[in-house]
Amino acid sequence: MIKLNTPSSPHFHGPSTVTTVMLKVMLALLPGILIYAWMFGWGVIINIVLASITALATEALMLRMRQRPVMMYLFDGSALVTAMLLALALPPLAPWWLVVIGSAFAIIFAKHLYGGLGFNPFNPAMVGYVMLLISFPREMTSWLAPLSLGEQNLSLGQSLSFVFSGSLPAGLSLDALTMATPLDSLKTELGLNKAMQEITASPIFGMLGGTGWEWINIAFLAGGLWLIHKKIISWHVPIAMLGSLALISFLFFIIKPGAYASPLFHLFSGGAILGAFFIATDPVSGATTPKGRLYFGAGVGVLTYIIRSWGGYPDAVAFSVLLMNMAAPTIDYYTRPRVFGHGGGN
Amino acid sequence: MDKSYSEINREGLWTNNVALVQILGLCPLLAVTSTTINGLGLGIATTMTLVLSSLIVSLIRHYVKQEVRIPVFVMIIASVVTAIELAMNAYFHELYKILGIFVPLIVTNCAILGRAEAFAFKNTPGKAAMDGFMMGIGFAAVLIVLGAMREILGQGTFFAQAHLMFGEIGRMMTITLVEDYRGFLLAILPPGAFIGLGLLIAVKNVIDERGKKRDAKKIIPVTKIEQSVATG
Repeated sequence: MIKLNTPSSPHFHGPSTVTTVMLKVMLALLPGILIYAWMFGWGVIINIVLASITALATEALMLRMRQRPVMMYLFDGSALVTAMLLALALPPLAPWWLVVIGSAFAIIFAKHLYGGLGFNPFNPAMVGYVMLLISFPREMTSWLAPLSLGEQNLSLGQSLSFVFSGSLPAGLSLDALTMATPLDSLKTELGLNKAMQEITASPIFGMLGGTGWEWINIAFLAGGLWLIHKKIISWHVPIAMLGSLALISFLFFIIKPGAYASPLFHLFSGGAILGAFFIATDPVSGATTPKGRLYFGAGVGVLTYIIRSWGGYPDAVAFSVLLMNMAAPTIDYYTRPRVFGHGGGN
Repeated sequence: MDKSYSEINREGLWTNNVALVQILGLCPLLAVTSTTINGLGLGIATTMTLVLSSLIVSLIRHYVKQEVRIPVFVMIIASVVTAIELAMNAYFHELYKILGIFVPLIVTNCAILGRAEAFAFKNTPGKAAMDGFMMGIGFAAVLIVLGAMREILGQGTFFAQAHLMFGEIGRMMTITLVEDYRGFLLAILPPGAFIGLGLLIAVKNVIDERGKKRDAKKIIPVTKIEQSVATG
């Protein structure tokens, strides 16, 4: 073995390890999570706790099976971030088995079968989410109404009993609790040939996006901007994704405002902000070159708009991220920066 | 070159399994295995095709010129498949309707042409038929296991619609494992087939790996002598 001696100073110690990066990402998610829980109740917190426990347990199991150091990888925080992102994408008050199956699938199939952290071609949280969405469409689309609009709010105990046994307090039906999300109702109502003004007059639509949703997204935006400021993520992917989403929705909006939602609505509803700052920026499954990240982000933004407007599902961030994950190696291949000292040709 | 019957058996069922090792015939394998019965039906049809086509190819191997062998193989396989398709249409009409295009598509299953080219054309009829049968059984076994996995996960039943193959008694053979099962759509949809096949291949590799480790612990010289005899 070659012995490498440490040459003399100066040295910079990079303080950035996987663990610190993941901790900062979780910290940046916190304001969004708090507002989300404030708007939608205890279900959000229950989802996150359940997903985290499952993710850590399956992570430990898989590491053991693959004969890797369990403790070192378990506490790098990557499984926790996956679990949190997945939990944030699930409907609050989802049945417990939904959360457990989703997080286990994300960790086992999307992460460890490909070789663990750093080798997964797809974003594990989004693989788990899409698997659930395809397999259990009914459970995955029954969203709670934001607290300000719902007639009934569940306490922690009531939420827990619903999540684990599906039983609701007497005199309360699931229909009274759930409500279509803004994106969902926009899609249905447009399908009924209603005019945009008529649709957005409903109380579930707020100033920017959906009622409740806009504040959650603003909180995620703040967290994301802090991550850029801390240089945990680069600005390329979020700017390209939100920019392309805004641009394409603006084009359709000015051509036919009666049939297409405004750019602000597209930016501030569904998972656009969360996806732009926290999901599409995944350093493992996304493009890596600066120029490639611009293309990657733009692709996610455009695909999100296309699937939202003309596809079968109301929101599309997960599908777009997975589709662009597939394209990431090709994007990287064509956007390699010129090697210093090698001619750029023309 | 000449293989013993036991070698033919082992290769067809395990070491050179059509689905798990050669990874051939994936299109029908992935498309029809949403239930056990579908897998069983297609497995039997494919096995019959393999036996008959291998047998015929082997019988005529001295009369067919090397240059035109592939078109001849294709003609033979197509005739056999057509006969089997008509027979299925007559006797198992419902199952035939469910399997649909995948029965005539057995013609294009590379495994069958592969066996004709790689084995039947160079061996005696008895061995060729045996090879076709074992390869077919190996393929059918994977179809059935994959079908069972997907059916149990996806619908919570086992042997559903067995009456398509076994007549009215078949209705009693269906086992509902979980009452009021919500259904796990992914297992029924194409991704479930890919994931399921991937897991089966992984299981086979794990078993082989374990076997190798166990063999390595045994006395080594004996195996060396056996090898030299076999190659000599």
